[in-house]
Amino acid sequence: MPRGFVVGMLRAPLVILGVVTLTFLLLHLAPGDPASYLLGPGATADQISAVRGALGLEQPLIEQYGRWIGRAVRGDFGISIATGRPVLGMLWEAWPATAILVGLSILLSYLIGILVAAVQATSRRRGVDGSLSLLTATLAALPGYWLAFALVMLFTYTLRWLPAFGATGLDADYLSPGARLTDRLAHLALPLITLTLIGIGTAARYARGALRAVAREPYLLLARAKGAGPVRVLFRHHLRNGLIPVVALLGLSLPALFSGAVFVEGVFAWPGVGTVLIQAVQGRDYPVVMAATTVSAVMVVVGSLVAELLLRQVDPRVRA
Amino acid sequence: MRASARIGLLLLVLLAAGAIFAARLTTVGPGDVIDVVRTRFLPPGSIDDFGIFHLLGTDRLGRDVWSRLLFGARISLAVASLATVVALAVGIAVGATAALVRPATTVLLGLTDFSLAVPRVVLLLLLASLWHPSAQLSVLTLGLTGWMPIARLAYAETMGQLGRPYVDGARVLGGSRFRLFRRHVLPNVAPSLLAAATLGLGSAVSLEAGLSFLGLGVQPPTPSWGSLIASGRDTVVNAPWVGLAPGIALVLVVLSATLVADGLERKT
Repeated sequence: MPRGFVVGMLRAPLVILGVVTLTFLLLHLAPGDPASYLLGPGATADQISAVRGALGLEQPLIEQYGRWIGRAVRGDFGISIATGRPVLGMLWEAWPATAILVGLSILLSYLIGILVAAVQATSRRRGVDGSLSLLTATLAALPGYWLAFALVMLFTYTLRWLPAFGATGLDADYLSPGARLTDRLAHLALPLITLTLIGIGTAARYARGALRAVAREPYLLLARAKGAGPVRVLFRHHLRNGLIPVVALLGLSLPALFSGAVFVEGVFAWPGVGTVLIQAVQGRDYPVVMAATTVSAVMVVVGSLVAELLLRQVDPRVRA
Repeated sequence: MRASARIGLLLLVLLAAGAIFAARLTTVGPGDVIDVVRTRFLPPGSIDDFGIFHLLGTDRLGRDVWSRLLFGARISLAVASLATVVALAVGIAVGATAALVRPATTVLLGLTDFSLAVPRVVLLLLLASLWHPSAQLSVLTLGLTGWMPIARLAYAETMGQLGRPYVDGARVLGGSRFRLFRRHVLPNVAPSLLAAATLGLGSAVSLEAGLSFLGLGVQPPTPSWGSLIASGRDTVVNAPWVGLAPGIALVLVVLSATLVADGLERKT
């Protein structure tokens, strides 16, 4: 087993436990009480304390914490205060939507971003690098929710091409399998384009820096000297070596990507963990907030471990 | 400094000036409503029935978008700059302590790495929604979730300086560790920290607007770019200019911050 991966594996539970503990403390230290939220403004003090008792909020904090952890490791995240449904079920339905959205957008934005960076790094013309740099900096600067709103304006209201809300149309259950797939893809398009456009900006900026850092290395000169064409030099020598730090950065940028997805999910009502989290936070739904935070921490940590493994694949020096 | 960085700096200065002199650059207040029915949804560049010129048009209550944009810039830029100051202070304190006080190194660096692994928006949502939303809370939450990159940089840069002869020289003269840091190391690492802080300013502006957009930041009727974008979203079909103007301003700030940070980094 590679050493970095083992360290990562050992650190992962600690990070997740830390996030969970922090969330728990913040939730319980903050003013605002789920019982009074649930009962509305007309509730009497007696009713509130009865509901608090039923929800287990009257026990000492440390006991509530211990009980929550004990249940969570067995996969029991409790019942949502707002909807009355098991939290695990809510998140079990939500996480694939987030994973598909974030996963696809990472894949697309890094593929396109690296391509853009390769053009910047190899182009001989003066203007190309500068104008592409300005373009990628602008893309990286776009706030997700605003870009989302601009795209909705263009593709939904003006061109009427793509739906703007949810993951399926209202009639999805009555469609033929083929039409259902098209419907799904059409709903995925706008959230994915939003996240990917911003992602391209970030990925291209990283990749350009990484490629420039090795641009003057002797092995590139050697490759050219022995007669390799520009495409072969780019793919076999320049990208292969230059992109190693980008893979490491990919792991580090996962929390930010996930953060961006929360806003974009909220805008498009995409039924993922982000939407669940926003709704739960607004309604003081303690069990759901705890669980959604845990799930997002797990997704981020697992993603970093995958990046670590990828790094091993592309860099023989890490394997040694 | 490169041309792009200079343009970025100029844009930032212009926007800041627009925010500071908002009252002189506008003819109506950001919340002024004279006659809702006769002045609402006027397109950019129109003059209303009362002879008032609306450079960027009006929103659904007939309020002047240009005025709201400039007064909103006060809130958005002030919250983001103060948050960046908080992040810079915490980041330098943590990074420098980790570099200078040996026993604390592991703990502080571990804390930094841990905080970096937490999705920032999740934490922001929690903090901003659990306490009563306000400008002060936005400053604190953005600052306390943005110090980690600065702490890492401050640590790395300080460690890089500690081996230099001038540090040994200062140490031989008998100053304390913190005097050494403040008087000798800090001035040398300041440019790269400034670059990181500029970059942080850009993301703070964007995140502050994000919080206000979700209703978890500065509360209406105080205008902030995020709440302007949110109100523009509701009128996207009949008055797209309401949401476009603050969005473009936001992109300009973040882009300028990126360009300035790039320029500063190249210099060091």
